Amino acid sequence: MIVLEVTVFLLVAAAGTAVVLTRDPLNQAIVASFYGLILGIMFFVYQAPDVALSQIAVGAVALPLMILLALAKVRALEGSRREDEDR
Amino acid sequence: MTPAVRRRVFLVAAAAAGALLLWGLTGLPDYGVYNGPYGDVLNRVAVAERSATNVVAAVTFDYRGVDTMGEEYILFAAVLGVAILLRAQRDEHEEPPDEDAADRDAPATSNAVRIVGLTLVGPVVLFGLYLVAHGHLTPGGGFQGGVVLATAALLVYLSGEYVTLRRVSPELVTDVAESVGAASYVAIGLLGVAAGTAFLANVLPLGQPGQLLSAGTILPINAAVGLEVAGGFVLLLSEFLEQTLVIRRPGEVT
Repeated sequence: MIVLEVTVFLLVAAAGTAVVLTRDPLNQAIVASFYGLILGIMFFVYQAPDVALSQIAVGAVALPLMILLALAKVRALEGSRREDEDR
Repeated sequence: MTPAVRRRVFLVAAAAAGALLLWGLTGLPDYGVYNGPYGDVLNRVAVAERSATNVVAAVTFDYRGVDTMGEEYILFAAVLGVAILLRAQRDEHEEPPDEDAADRDAPATSNAVRIVGLTLVGPVVLFGLYLVAHGHLTPGGGFQGGVVLATAALLVYLSGEYVTLRRVSPELVTDVAESVGAASYVAIGLLGVAAGTAFLANVLPLGQPGQLLSAGTILPINAAVGLEVAGGFVLLLSEFLEQTLVIRRPGEVT
């Protein structure tokens, strides 16, 4: 059991660092989703299945999705602005 | 501020924050040691008092129900705010998403994604409903189940088109689901007042622990929260997608 706990802690630390070190927002959203999943596993290992379920649903799915959609909107705006300048 | 100075300030601050954190860590209780009385008391009385085998649900939807109502309305207000901000404003106009899809090289959804997505929709809906309905028995509940239900709508979008998502979750339905879910929580709370006791008092029959129809108001409250959360998340998803795909400011090149 202690091996599992130490492993999940190391994974959380590694994934958290990976989120910070990923500079491109698009890639970062995907890495953050992975980090959310690892956090969910950590909650599960520490016997909080209720929290784990919310964490996986929100941290691994909903949050990255909102970031992706917001990025798509920002890029669509920037793309149309660039086209304006090209004329 | 030059980068060198900035780095020095950061190192000092990081060392101080690290020391503070370590100091705090040494004061934590040992692993597995619980000092507060509430957890032990609840573990002893919750099943007997409320017939809820998931003590977490007994706490969040009954003993501490008003608090959870506030949390539900935080989500409600957040979704409402997003909807107000993102719905087409006066200086914006809508265009059918097909028109500007042509000049962007959006790759077609692969058959593998379509098939996996469509096969998952059914199980995900069922799992979401299970989580909502069994919140008082096993881990889960309205919030988790609601988000899982909303994920089904996301799968529909991923394996189909935006239009398909709108067809399975029309704006009116998501709006009404969110509002009715939020309002039902208060309505169930008022049952207690109508019965002559306190707001959100558990006045419905408690039944036998472990049965699906047990734990009084916890099950209906979970259903209300599930409806609100599922509606809210689908609404959020649709509003964002609509912004990305359809709405343009005047003068914008499409």
